[in-house]
Amino acid sequence: MSGGSEQVTGEAVAPQPVAKGRDWAAFVAAHKIQIAITLILVGLYSLFLTGNPDVFLRYDIYRSFMSTMPFFGIMALAMTFVVTLGEMDLSFPSVMGFSTWVFGTVYVSSESFLLALLACLLVGVIAGLGNGLLVAKVGIPSIVATIGTMFLWRGAVNMAAEGKGIALVSLRESPLHQVFVGRLFDDVLPMQFVWMVAIAVFLGLIYRRHRFGSHVLFVGDNAASAAMMGIKVDRVKIACFMLVGGFAALAGVFLTSEVTYFWPSQGDGMLLTTLAAVFIGGTSVFGGKGTLYGTFIGVLIIGSLEAGIVAIGLTGFYVQFLYGLLITVSVSIYALLLRRGG
Amino acid sequence: MTASESLLSLRRITKGFGKIPVLHEIDLDIGSNEIVALVGDNGAGKSTLIKVITGVHSPSSGEVWFKGERRNEHSVKRSREIGIETVYQERALADQQALWRNMFAGRELTNRFGFIDVAKQKAETERLLRRQMGFTSKAITIDSEVRGLSGGEKQGVAIGRALYFDADLIILDEPTMGLSLKETTRVLDFVKDIRRQGKSAIFIDHNIFHVYDVCDRFVILDRGRIAGDFRKEELSQPELVRKMLLLATTGSLDEEGAQA
Ligand SMILES: Nc1ncnc2c1ncn2[C@@H]1O[C@H](COP(=O)(O)OP(=O)(O)O)[C@@H](O)[C@H]1O
Ligand SMILES: [Mg+2]
Repeated sequence: MSGGSEQVTGEAVAPQPVAKGRDWAAFVAAHKIQIAITLILVGLYSLFLTGNPDVFLRYDIYRSFMSTMPFFGIMALAMTFVVTLGEMDLSFPSVMGFSTWVFGTVYVSSESFLLALLACLLVGVIAGLGNGLLVAKVGIPSIVATIGTMFLWRGAVNMAAEGKGIALVSLRESPLHQVFVGRLFDDVLPMQFVWMVAIAVFLGLIYRRHRFGSHVLFVGDNAASAAMMGIKVDRVKIACFMLVGGFAALAGVFLTSEVTYFWPSQGDGMLLTTLAAVFIGGTSVFGGKGTLYGTFIGVLIIGSLEAGIVAIGLTGFYVQFLYGLLITVSVSIYALLLRRGG
Repeated sequence: MTASESLLSLRRITKGFGKIPVLHEIDLDIGSNEIVALVGDNGAGKSTLIKVITGVHSPSSGEVWFKGERRNEHSVKRSREIGIETVYQERALADQQALWRNMFAGRELTNRFGFIDVAKQKAETERLLRRQMGFTSKAITIDSEVRGLSGGEKQGVAIGRALYFDADLIILDEPTMGLSLKETTRVLDFVKDIRRQGKSAIFIDHNIFHVYDVCDRFVILDRGRIAGDFRKEELSQPELVRKMLLLATTGSLDEEGAQA
């Protein structure tokens, strides 16, 4: 700690050559959670493959997984930011419902996919802004605030749609429909999965490599310290809730485009699967620690669990029990890993 | 000194939390290349005062001047940009984050799209760690999380961070709290370095011997008011100790006042 002025600023240090073995050990130590969840995925698929090779050695089931996972997977990726803050959002399925009602309504009246998309995203982001303001400015704990907005937006869609769905078959004629939910390579690769991968990579870069991600980690870890270092804590929180709102709306566009129908309960039932993907992925509910890679693998696991369980010959009655088992076991593993390694 | 001449000037700064007043009409000037001790009992308002200077708290009333300019809309981000760095009493570190993130928290080295130059942040942290802070333990690397560090090591990180950004005013709030003798000596050497580099510092410490050793001036804060302001030439160390004792026992600095 002692030394002259020349040490305060100036010359950079040459990167030190490190032995390959130490590099590898350091990588494992730093990525325990990611390795653990990858092993869980491999274990699960080994089970599926041995349980029913007929189904799991054919491509059909994977195409089906890839077409349905993005609907909640995209929201799980965005939710990772809110959970990293140590906050919670319970309203995103309702936000999805309301913003897709806007999507359907604007589409019906304008016949424009693009206009409907923009209106839908705007509504999602504004709903997220509302959550963010309630949490950061009004000071309501996020779990309470978003219970409120969860009912609010679901109520809004029920009032607006009066319980009726909207048929959107003509969406198929729009070129944007192909861009969002078309199939690449002669019905092999659903576009929504390509989008989900692209979004995962992009958000992963933001999370680990961008100033914003660094601020999210710092605020989630210690908001008082973050404020003392000049991080705008309120703004970071509001931005994360807006992110979730926007991506809930986008997920709604994918879902509505795929089925070419809007129904008022859209998004219902996605809350717990989405959160389960985040927590199985290893993001800490206490904040300050998380991984987008983990969430992505969590989506692959949650998104294939139900079909996998049925395919290996268990009835649908087992599904929830095995969800529960997988979640409790995986989060216990993370808790133990973190307690030991620090 | 006028507000436009000194490095930092506080004018009639008042601050309260809700109904509880903590600072009353504080006037204070810090010159360039001046090391000022801020002393006073626990709860006197020292930390609150420095948080007003750094923008963590905005004052209820009063003015903050820095480098000859009135600073309205003062914020932590802004105060760091204009050259104020702080080692907070709370240390302001994030336990689960790697050292290379903590070192640059709020002032990340980024490209114009906001993406962090991780290699550079790591190299700079490595340099600070090994040379500046003198960390020799192989167990501590730039990828270590803060929570594994000892109190002295954490303080080393907080101080290294404050010195890295080449600030003109460095504020240290009880930096020797809980440190070993050796670590304390290092911190005091740091403060001496600050003077040698021509910069200014505000140094808060309960140990009068530390304070007298490294500071040019002593400002005594008592229940939110400035009770005394002495230059080192005016006051010997025993006199400073006596004044502090007098203040603690009688609530006043001058002997006649104490009898009244
Ligand atoms: N954020 C805050 N909210 C309410 N009261 C506070 C806050 N920060 C400090 N105080 C109060 O202000 C007074 C001065 O505290 P502080 O500035 O930390 O004193 P010192 O650093 O001199 O020990 C104390 O009575 C403390 O309880
Ligand atoms: Mg204090």
